[in-house]
Amino acid sequence: MAFVSSGYDPKQPMKDRITDIGPRNYEEFYPPVIKENKGKWLYHEILEPGVLVHVSETGDEVYTVRVGGARLMSVSHIREICEIADKYCGGYVRWTTRNNVEFMVDSKDKVEPLKKDLLSRKQPGGCFKFPIGGTGAGVTNIIHTQGWIHCHTPATDASGPVKATMDVLFEEFTHMRLPAQLRVSLACCLNMCGAVHCSDIAILGYHRKPPMLDHEYLDKMCEIPLAIAACPTAAIKPSKVTLPDGKEVKSVAVNQERCMFCGNCYTMCPAMPLADDVGDGIVLMAGGKVSNRITSPKFSKVVVAFLPNEAPRWPQTTSTIKKIVDAYAKGANKYERLGEWAERIGWERFFERCDLPFTHHLIDDFRDPAYYTWRQTTKFKF
Amino acid sequence: MAKHATPLLDQLETGPWPSFVSDIKREAESRAKNEKGVEFQVPADACEDILGVLELSFKHGRTHWKHGGIVGVFGYGGGVIGRYCDQPEMFPGVAHFHTLRVNQPGGKFYNTEYLRQLCDLWEFRGSGITNMHGSTGDIIFLGTSTPQLEEIFFELTHTHNQDLGGSGSNLRTPSDCIGQARCEYACYDTQALCFAMTNEYQDELHRPAFPYKFKFKFDGCPNCCVASIARADMSFIGTWRDEIRIDQQAVKAYIGQELKPNAGAHAGRDWGPFDIEKEVIGLCPTKCMWMEGGKLMIDNKECVRCMHCINVMPRALRIGNDRGLSILVGAKAPILDGAQMGSLLVPFMKAEDPYDEIKEIIEKIWDWWMEEGKNRERLGELIKRQGFQKLLEVTELEPDPRMVKEPRSNPYIFWKEEEVEGGWQRDVNEFRKYHQR
Repeated sequence: MAFVSSGYDPKQPMKDRITDIGPRNYEEFYPPVIKENKGKWLYHEILEPGVLVHVSETGDEVYTVRVGGARLMSVSHIREICEIADKYCGGYVRWTTRNNVEFMVDSKDKVEPLKKDLLSRKQPGGCFKFPIGGTGAGVTNIIHTQGWIHCHTPATDASGPVKATMDVLFEEFTHMRLPAQLRVSLACCLNMCGAVHCSDIAILGYHRKPPMLDHEYLDKMCEIPLAIAACPTAAIKPSKVTLPDGKEVKSVAVNQERCMFCGNCYTMCPAMPLADDVGDGIVLMAGGKVSNRITSPKFSKVVVAFLPNEAPRWPQTTSTIKKIVDAYAKGANKYERLGEWAERIGWERFFERCDLPFTHHLIDDFRDPAYYTWRQTTKFKF
Repeated sequence: MAKHATPLLDQLETGPWPSFVSDIKREAESRAKNEKGVEFQVPADACEDILGVLELSFKHGRTHWKHGGIVGVFGYGGGVIGRYCDQPEMFPGVAHFHTLRVNQPGGKFYNTEYLRQLCDLWEFRGSGITNMHGSTGDIIFLGTSTPQLEEIFFELTHTHNQDLGGSGSNLRTPSDCIGQARCEYACYDTQALCFAMTNEYQDELHRPAFPYKFKFKFDGCPNCCVASIARADMSFIGTWRDEIRIDQQAVKAYIGQELKPNAGAHAGRDWGPFDIEKEVIGLCPTKCMWMEGGKLMIDNKECVRCMHCINVMPRALRIGNDRGLSILVGAKAPILDGAQMGSLLVPFMKAEDPYDEIKEIIEKIWDWWMEEGKNRERLGELIKRQGFQKLLEVTELEPDPRMVKEPRSNPYIFWKEEEVEGGWQRDVNEFRKYHQR
């Protein structure tokens, strides 16, 4: 493995340096039918799950075949996507905001061969490489974070629970039989890189044990003031600690009752790890949305306070999600999002319909917003 | 023969959904064979070691990655996330495993020539594993060593005309919805505005000078497909202020069951015949629609542009012609002080190149936030701490009832001295002439 230089000279880092050029211009990457019809689209229709047509005022049409996929993607897989795009789509392809891949063709007769090819490609264990779906009133791909594949603060894995959940919800990915679209998201800790807090169903990794303190190394590994400042609940203060060998060192003390397990201290100070096989697990949230359609955007609400990490397939998490999706599918009106359904029937009824226990953890006690979630009326259901 | 046994991960190789485990194994195999004779610049067995370390996490129920330390490319404070494995002896192939964020193109459109160039680069100088895409929108290159960072950056900028994205306390890589490229709902050119703002603020994107992260997201309509309202410090959401365009023939066709409602989105279940009264008029949040003489009527002045009727009947109803965007500010995920949704600051603004009005608002907000924001305080939290009034003051915008859901229900108004006739300086002795102690 000999080092191969790109031409960069470490002794002269500024020589021929190019910076601040930004991304490639999107116009380079538009398929011709997109370039010619941009801003002229009249309407669209979902012809079947995963297949859309957009019709332009020029009379042009673009047919899109949407496929799901793991967000974690090898270059071999991307090259296979390129091969398909070259064969059917004139060498163009795009990704959606929710990690789906879209293959576009400019006439209807090109759709069936493309679909057939996509569905014929399987992985060695039989998984689809390119499952078609993710449109309309169904479940689309799960947006998610890194988890145990690459993150330092996760309380759960991301790709694992996502694969397990999508296997369980697969029929809803390839069908459009729910009352409305159902967006599932996963963030592997409450810092929420994935901003899952406005999803119909959010899978959230959560720690439940305060950080351990590696006193002997803490002052050597960390800037103590930064660790203290990182705590959103001011639970960390400086302290002096005497080690077993009698040596006194500078360290911190944690007011454990104030800890909400966010891991911000660990981000600042690696001598404060909080991961734990039993303490860590999953919180399920439900009823959020970002669309302004009919009702305003909503936050997801915590409906299950804790489920354990059960690698590799997280059976309690996936079966609870399935239970919620089934109850929603059965009970909601056409066009009603999960949160709108819960609000219409009342959250007390939601727990009954989904067969979920209601525990004290689900009552908000964090600062101001808490009060506004309690019930200030005599109107409730028995 | 795999380098590490992965009995737990192997259980994720069945079922219908694409398996990331099978995919990483495929890459591991491809690197082991190395049919093209690539001179790998990070260990050829990096993918084997990714699987090994992940298997160990599945066994332990804990991550085996450490936080990064300071790595990056010269002159930039973002775009690279340092990452090290906490079991480097067991998994030397991923002992150093840094992430690069590569600024994705607008709408995430690609041609295959460019994608292949990225693949070749990442196979050569990295693990060959990516995220398409990261949560903020970047192309994520997952796993390389420190000496490769400058080399990758050099090749990206010199050969591929491509820059890194943002990370840390700076402007994060802006992202957009598909917009006018392929959506009839888009009220402005999201890709054009996103591209213009990304290029205008390259310095802010690469060199962290902010109290914390700052996100722009561009949604073409109130359906909010990129979720800007939930996660962008400034969200730009397309809207219009004139009339929804109606094609009465198409309305009739929907009523006559000739066209599929909601563009066919509900076709997988028998919901009964389409009922315009129940499904459109009855669900309108402001009840501003009715049928009259076989025609659909809309009192556009009362419309709040929620998109429902347009979503249900895209061939009959179209967005208005006087289009622009609304600006909402302060959205963020829960850390540190609880989640916030974006709050409406600018009800309507035109989105036309060179976007001077938009830039003016952005820069006024940044000036204030950089002056007053505490370390790791997002814009939404600063607005809460100093008040919406302060935001109006710094942006020099006039208060407008559209900015609130309702007026305040407490009367604790912090009057300013200059607002009160005569000011606050008074003579207590003069007062005492008329009021005994």
